[in-house]
Amino acid sequence: MNDTAAIASRAPTATPVARPAGNSIWGHARHVMAENPVTGIAFGLFVVIALAALVGPYVVPYDPLASDVVAKLQAPTLAHWFGTDQLGRDIFSRVVVATRLDFVIAVTSVALVLAGGGLAGIAAGYFGGWTDRIVSRIADTIMAFPLFVLAMGIVAALGNTVTNIVIATAIINFPLYARVARAEANVRREAGFVQAARLSGNGEFRILLTQILPNIMPIMMVQISLTMGYAILNAAGLSFIGLGVRPPTPEWGIMVAEGAATIISGEWWIALFPGAALMIAVFCFNLLGDGLRDLVDPQRRT
Amino acid sequence: MLAKIGRRLLTVVPTIIGVIIVTFMLTRVLPGDPAIYFAGPAATPQSIAEIRKTLGLDRPLPVQFVHYVDDLAHGDLGNSLSTGQSVVTEIASRLPASAELTLFALVISMAVAVPLGILAAVRQGSWIDHICRIVATAGVSLPVFFTGLLLVYVFYFLLGWAPAPIGRLDVFYTPPTDYTGFYLIDGLLDLDVDTVWAALKQLILPALTLGIFALAPIARMTRASMLALLTSDFVRTARASGLSNRTVIITYAFRNAMLPVITTLGMVFSFLLGANVLVEKVFAWPGIGSYAVEALIASDFAPVQGFVLTMAILYVVLNLAIDMLYGVIDPRVRLEG
Repeated sequence: MNDTAAIASRAPTATPVARPAGNSIWGHARHVMAENPVTGIAFGLFVVIALAALVGPYVVPYDPLASDVVAKLQAPTLAHWFGTDQLGRDIFSRVVVATRLDFVIAVTSVALVLAGGGLAGIAAGYFGGWTDRIVSRIADTIMAFPLFVLAMGIVAALGNTVTNIVIATAIINFPLYARVARAEANVRREAGFVQAARLSGNGEFRILLTQILPNIMPIMMVQISLTMGYAILNAAGLSFIGLGVRPPTPEWGIMVAEGAATIISGEWWIALFPGAALMIAVFCFNLLGDGLRDLVDPQRRT
Repeated sequence: MLAKIGRRLLTVVPTIIGVIIVTFMLTRVLPGDPAIYFAGPAATPQSIAEIRKTLGLDRPLPVQFVHYVDDLAHGDLGNSLSTGQSVVTEIASRLPASAELTLFALVISMAVAVPLGILAAVRQGSWIDHICRIVATAGVSLPVFFTGLLLVYVFYFLLGWAPAPIGRLDVFYTPPTDYTGFYLIDGLLDLDVDTVWAALKQLILPALTLGIFALAPIARMTRASMLALLTSDFVRTARASGLSNRTVIITYAFRNAMLPVITTLGMVFSFLLGANVLVEKVFAWPGIGSYAVEALIASDFAPVQGFVLTMAILYVVLNLAIDMLYGVIDPRVRLEG
């Protein structure tokens, strides 16, 4: 019932959407997949990445930290698919094992900002007034910085750890989440189902959590997918300049940095494979985000 | 018009105040002892206590904030521990290198992205439209430090076209006389073609790296706004009046399509200024980004703080300039206010 009400509440700005036959989200999902097979591919990639993050450390052929001086700086061979680095560590194993750390950094920071920025935005949009002014002012101030530069400053101030990379990534994404949540909550604050809930005696906070929040979640899911890629890029960029993750921990950004010195003398594989893994992961999340947006919000489809 | 500019300038004030408060908070309010950061890694308890006293950290926060703002007003960002130089002098001397790189990159990406976006919109659904879409999606997915390394590998190691990534100028050349700090312009003013050529060769790869990064949002926005305009009523009228295709696209659609693109530039600058740090690290470019990275590694906090503040103020000023430019280009903005 909430679903129909949500569509009705948007009616003044958007023409009602003709729902596909079958009248289910799955029917619509199938329609979107058929129209844009790229989303399907992106979803497949996502499964591979998630698998690598889950079981990666248990299935890789070599210990990602074990060095082997005899086999150092080897180009890709059958024994070492992605070659070996300066210390003779197997790059394939390191790239696969690194998936978990990069994935965890991105997921945690996105979860943090979803909780913080999302709730702050909903409150701002629903209550308006002072709440709105404070949240909007915080978002504007963060947006006044070039975001990566602010992240550098935050990590430098809080201390050089992985936890602080997560916090910095969450903070620089705060305005995006707060703004989207604010706009969506604002549209729904006088919607029929909200008024009905209010008339039946629900408190404002209860309405916020049981009526507004569930209706905003689909839009926020799109936001999550779109910012996951950015979160991974940001974390890898920070560790590339030597913040957060310390060697010898396998992480994509730091591995690219380790390969930077040797790529000038022709040993391309040390930087290429972790860089490519990073690129594919970000690409996958961006495509997935675009696909999800088509699914959730057909009006904004490009 | 002047009143309007004045009003727009006033809106910057709260933003600048916010920026200053945040940079202040970064050192003073967050957990951790700023005296330890300022004292550097080799500090003894006595030196930390001494620094705490000289920095005024034993006083209440509001007093510290007043002192911080007072120092800023006098152009004092503190001294770097590793070089002993004042942060303001170092940032000022390194800023032109970063500015030359960023602006050159912006010119490159505009020169490619705008025509690409226009062609993609005019021939919607053609191969060039598909290229545009691929570029727009791939561009935002590329880690900028990785693109830079790939370009170095291909153009320096494999092809030998580009010089080694070791900064702004090969060691065999002397930098041109310092007029603007931009080597390309200074070299031209010196009428020294050799130096200009050498500087250009050093500049091209890092600028290309940054440019590829900025390409995606500009191309995407150009395409979207051109598409919207090409179906608009006044373009249809122009076509119906028998104007040539060229006039319709360039004079009618393109000039109007540029407005949203200019707005997008604000976001592009946010990306560029951040990515600048990574590109400078890859190419050993002696700009303020690599200065901040060196300071970060040495736990030398004053330069980092100065860098964050400089970048933020630069970004606010750039956004202001974009807004002004918008008013100059689009008379409607001026009238409606």
